[in-house]
Amino acid sequence: MENKKYALFLLVANRYGVLMRISGLFAKRGYNIDNLSVGRTQDTDISRMTVVVECEESLLEQIVQQLRKLIDVIAVESASTESVMRELMLIKISHTSENSGHLMQVINIFRGRVVDMSTQSLIVEITGQEDKLNAFIKCVEGFGIIELSRTGITALIRGGSSLLESSKTYYDN
Amino acid sequence: MKLTGAQILIKELMACGVNEIFGYPGGSVLDIYDELYLNRDVIKHYTTAHEQGATHAADAYARVLSKTGVVIATSGPGATNLVTGIATAYLDSVPLLAITGNVSTKLIGRDSFQEVNIVGITMPITKHNYIVRDVGELQKTIREAFFVANEGRPGPVLIDIPKDIQRASVEYDPKKEFIFTKKNTAITKAEIENIVQLLVKAKRPYIYVGGGVVISDATDLLIEFAKRLEAPIATSLMGLTAVPAQHKLALGMAGMHGRYAASKALAECDLLIAVGVRFSDRATGNKEMFIKNCKVIQFDIDRAEINKNIKPDGFLIGDIKEILKKLLDVMPSQDNSQWINRVYKLKESHENELKSPNDGSLTPKYIIETVQSILGDTLVSTDVGQHQMWTAQYYRFSKPRTFVTSGGLGTMGYGMGAAIGASIGKKKQKTVLFTSDGSFHMNLNELVTMVSNDLPIVIVLFDNNALGMVRQWQTMFYNKHYSETTLNRKTDYASLAVAFGAKGYRVKTTDELISVLNEVKSIDTPCLIHCVIDSDENVFPMIPPNGTINDIIIK
Repeated sequence: MENKKYALFLLVANRYGVLMRISGLFAKRGYNIDNLSVGRTQDTDISRMTVVVECEESLLEQIVQQLRKLIDVIAVESASTESVMRELMLIKISHTSENSGHLMQVINIFRGRVVDMSTQSLIVEITGQEDKLNAFIKCVEGFGIIELSRTGITALIRGGSSLLESSKTYYDN
Repeated sequence: MKLTGAQILIKELMACGVNEIFGYPGGSVLDIYDELYLNRDVIKHYTTAHEQGATHAADAYARVLSKTGVVIATSGPGATNLVTGIATAYLDSVPLLAITGNVSTKLIGRDSFQEVNIVGITMPITKHNYIVRDVGELQKTIREAFFVANEGRPGPVLIDIPKDIQRASVEYDPKKEFIFTKKNTAITKAEIENIVQLLVKAKRPYIYVGGGVVISDATDLLIEFAKRLEAPIATSLMGLTAVPAQHKLALGMAGMHGRYAASKALAECDLLIAVGVRFSDRATGNKEMFIKNCKVIQFDIDRAEINKNIKPDGFLIGDIKEILKKLLDVMPSQDNSQWINRVYKLKESHENELKSPNDGSLTPKYIIETVQSILGDTLVSTDVGQHQMWTAQYYRFSKPRTFVTSGGLGTMGYGMGAAIGASIGKKKQKTVLFTSDGSFHMNLNELVTMVSNDLPIVIVLFDNNALGMVRQWQTMFYNKHYSETTLNRKTDYASLAVAFGAKGYRVKTTDELISVLNEVKSIDTPCLIHCVIDSDENVFPMIPPNGTINDIIIK
């Protein structure tokens, strides 16, 4: 069986140590985390995590089942493609008076936004799918990347349902 | 009414039915121990020699009683000494509540005296754990901890309570109710139908049971199910007491050191019905070959066990008792007489005999069988190694929850604390601990606990002057390079027992053993019987790691 990339969506209790519990489970069971992002939801007691893993389909099911056992995990779903996935990157690029015009063109093509600028460098904010960001990095490498920071992928499943709603089937209430 | 954290803790423990706990006092739990002192008529506290012993005792207490075991330890080293005991309980699905004190919240994170992040340390070996940072959360945390330890597949839970939280006061309502949501394990009619279809199609069904049957107290239903299906029952180590050894359909333990008939019938079956068993590598050997010729049905309360080690053709999730009840409601009687007669033949075959020299020498088989025949059915605990496997093979268990052993983690040193917890759990019932010169040295300090509490424990110590199980592997797979397994301990075990205040005996012959057992039978204080056995006694049969029935070594 071949490895594929999957996104896992988690709703977790916004509590002390919850990130450690999730990452600890991955570490102890030997699952690899490709990418992880976490943030609060509209409910301050609940955080949402997006974890990207690369594994076989059978292992994905096992990961979901193991995650469901954690007390702080409220809901888990997995998806491969039927979701909206985005990542945000801030990237600091050096420029000179000669090449800055060309650099601005590249930034515009990728719909990036310049959020800070000095005579020798600028910071671009850019959002998109993971491969779009990778492509942008390739295109500006020649100018000189000073540093960059990526948020990790965040995602929502398409359509009208919510994770909290779909999780209800797993619990009596 | 306003109460302190320590007061709330003790009140909540009492409300949850706790009347016996194990532990060891220390600086960060002084307030809790002060409350224990004031409530000593309601909760009896047993102080062990070491926190590890206390955890094993609480774990064994839970195993024999089907009730949450509770252990208390102080911060820092007290807490870290619990780790092996918690991991042991985790691997064997035992409901255990560990309570640790910690330094005051203001001192946390400053490397204060006896400070350790025990919540971080025990995260991978607990079902869940808590640090209480607000005394207002304490009541709910304790209730939830008991719920989590027992809900679904049981397991250990730890609550870390900083010292200032134990001392802080808050309004307390003992009648306050908390509702915790259970996982939905409702089984549909269609699911039952599908499984019954597989069951009735089978010509050679084989039931393989684990600790889940013991935990669910499902023995009677299991036997009814096996009769209805005309299927033999084999067990894992944890499932050994789920079926009476003398039952016609019982094949005994399967796996690495399992009985020949259990392994052979497994290789010949066309349907394997796994009931509350998790397919450990010690039980399955080669996983691909294990189920090569049969379909597999799995019943478990833990959904994550499905497809973890083995991919079944059908499964049901829920309490084993409920599942078996539902199946028995609809499953007609099956005629698999041809198969069951074949199984009976296997049971009677000479390969299925557990051979041992019959020359009057003191063999493990002789010792274990004689202990059972003279002392009768007692509670039995073991340490880990050859003596543990011999006990599993030779002792004829007739009732669930009478055998306490570390299965999953394989914790050498488990036995001393376990014998204490088992005996206390059953109102100071006679308990036999089978141990060895290797394991005994790990936690022999707990002799003090046995003696202080006058526990009727008989320690039967197999002395082969070696770390026998490791030595056996070195004999078979490492060219007899006995690297660090010849012990050459000079311990005089009988005198050591006497020095601790117990009775001590040394036996070298079968006659000596019989006379000592007749003496200790009527003694209600701890006794140690040092049995000298041959260094070259091995555990057979054996299926080498990752092997199959074709690789079985009978003798």
